[in-house]
Amino acid sequence: MLDAYPTITLLSLLTYPALHLGKKDYMDLAIHTEKLARVYKLRGSKKEEAKELVALRDINLDVRRGELFGLLGPNGAGKTTLIKILTTLLAPSSGVARVAGYDVAAEPEKVRPRINMVSGGESSGYGLLTVRENLWMFAQFYGIPSKLANERIKQLLEIVRMSDRMNTKSSDLSTGLRQKMNIVRGFLTDPEVLFLDEPTLGLDVEASMDVRNFVRGWMEGNRDRTLLLTTHYMVEADELCDRVAIINGGQVLACDTPANLKRQLQRDVIYRMEVSPLNGLQPEALEALGGVRKVSHEPKDGAAVLELILAEDDALGSVVNTLTGKDIHILNLQKREPSLEDVFVNLVGHSMKEAESGADGSSS
Amino acid sequence: MQATQDIRKPVKERGVSGRTFRAAAWLGWQIESNWADPLIFFIYSVIKPLSGAAILVVMYSVITNGNFDDPMFAYIYLGNAFYIYVAAVLTGVSWTVIDDREIYRMLKYIYIAPVHVPVYLLGRGFAKFAFGSLAVFITIAAGVYFLDVPLDLSLVNWPLFAVSLTLGIVMLAMMGLVLGSVMLLIVNNANFMGEAVAGALYLFSGAVFPLSILPAWLQPVGYIIPISYWLELLRRSVVGQVAESFPTFSQFSDMQLLGILAGLTALFTVLGFVVFRYCDHQAREKGYLDRYSNF
Repeated sequence: MLDAYPTITLLSLLTYPALHLGKKDYMDLAIHTEKLARVYKLRGSKKEEAKELVALRDINLDVRRGELFGLLGPNGAGKTTLIKILTTLLAPSSGVARVAGYDVAAEPEKVRPRINMVSGGESSGYGLLTVRENLWMFAQFYGIPSKLANERIKQLLEIVRMSDRMNTKSSDLSTGLRQKMNIVRGFLTDPEVLFLDEPTLGLDVEASMDVRNFVRGWMEGNRDRTLLLTTHYMVEADELCDRVAIINGGQVLACDTPANLKRQLQRDVIYRMEVSPLNGLQPEALEALGGVRKVSHEPKDGAAVLELILAEDDALGSVVNTLTGKDIHILNLQKREPSLEDVFVNLVGHSMKEAESGADGSSS
Repeated sequence: MQATQDIRKPVKERGVSGRTFRAAAWLGWQIESNWADPLIFFIYSVIKPLSGAAILVVMYSVITNGNFDDPMFAYIYLGNAFYIYVAAVLTGVSWTVIDDREIYRMLKYIYIAPVHVPVYLLGRGFAKFAFGSLAVFITIAAGVYFLDVPLDLSLVNWPLFAVSLTLGIVMLAMMGLVLGSVMLLIVNNANFMGEAVAGALYLFSGAVFPLSILPAWLQPVGYIIPISYWLELLRRSVVGQVAESFPTFSQFSDMQLLGILAGLTALFTVLGFVVFRYCDHQAREKGYLDRYSNF
């Protein structure tokens, strides 16, 4: 089914540089992967043969220095696996990955001083330590002199509005504050390449906004900084990233600026339709109608929300007829501009939520 | 954000082991000592080793009808006291893997930092050593003052004691590194491994009875465990007359025992780093560095 995705043109844009790079070119890139793959062997009972789960396949990515690059995909798409490889935590099954010019598998000790990582939804770390102590300790691991580390901790905690919690034990922090502390830990060492893995996972709207503002400010502070952000929040990717790679099923399906990705749907017409329960009607039946390109749906408060990507406005009539023929009432109808969610639906065939509910999650 | 270059500059290879060790030891001490207020921590520090010794003393008293004058009592008591180091250092170093991966879930962040992970594990073990030293001191002091363990400070062979203790702690740390490295590859039930190893060594290392008491076919196990030589050296240096009462190692002079201990320590040092390198590679291959079992 993956072969049927309309990704050929975009993939060719992605892959062309990877195969022709010399050593110097590698050093100019913050991240470079070439035919990168990761396969997990899953064992059930002893009698069963090990099953293989392909978490990543043939990933070819180039991220330039100074770029804020997003990996967008549902849970289980392979985003976290890719970050684990790039941060030297996981060996690739095949292919090559370079960060800051160094091979993550062969030269992890050269990669590590140049990177840092923050994952979302983390525990409170060393909960017996205060916020300041947690951060100071990691600064020591990175060789930052104590005085400078303390200055930076104070400065960064002020930026994320946590100055008053500096001497709070990290186990006493709320989820949002804990995540902010983790984010400060990642930025404290001012890495050449920073990996943020779902940094706003579980945060409320205000805290998420704080994090996004902080990320934006950090990138603007120095053009040499590179940031790779994984998220399954479309708005986050759209708002923050210079370029976005859409990843699903361990494959990169498209990679471009958010504007260019959305531009591919400019000729299409997108409707959001809230309807009464579908009464057994399958969205595939709507996709079979002339002029209907993609349909995704999700239940909402006893009703259903349909996202329709149509080749032209006229196709809406046949959709409405089909729905009313099945005694389905239209409760709300909106025409809107394409979003990254629509790009995802167009590439994958269903929404991010549908992809997540269908994934086993183990490949992430 | 202007301090960018100032921050990046100090991240250099030189001195990485030193700063890794210092920060890890600091963290270890905070974890050991910070869980309670100082008074409760002090009471715990005193009561815990005394409770362990008390169990042994009561058992000994019941079995021997209170014959505390027998050299066997000092043999057992001191062996048990010094064995605190085994539990503290060996399992302390190895437990760090479980602690950081499963409980604090920070192992991955330690791993991606520019640190030497084996040195980090040893640093965490150093905190356990410091805490263990307190327990050993309290246990021995209680034995001397309340149970008449025949320890005369003027008769202690201090140079032998210092060298033996140092070599032994290094040896235990390296055994801990081997064990910790193996734990990197065990996701489920790794938490039992340290206790199992420490328990097995307790039986075969002559901690609470001379190796000669073991069945003949089991005695060779005791002779290949470095801890056996280490405990013998500590007993000889601290209470020479007691050690002489048990001829298990009488064929070896002090220097020969030191040589054996030094050789085994060197062997375990090499082994520790080789096994770590292998297990580290395997753990990255299998994706175990941040795998949680939620035990």
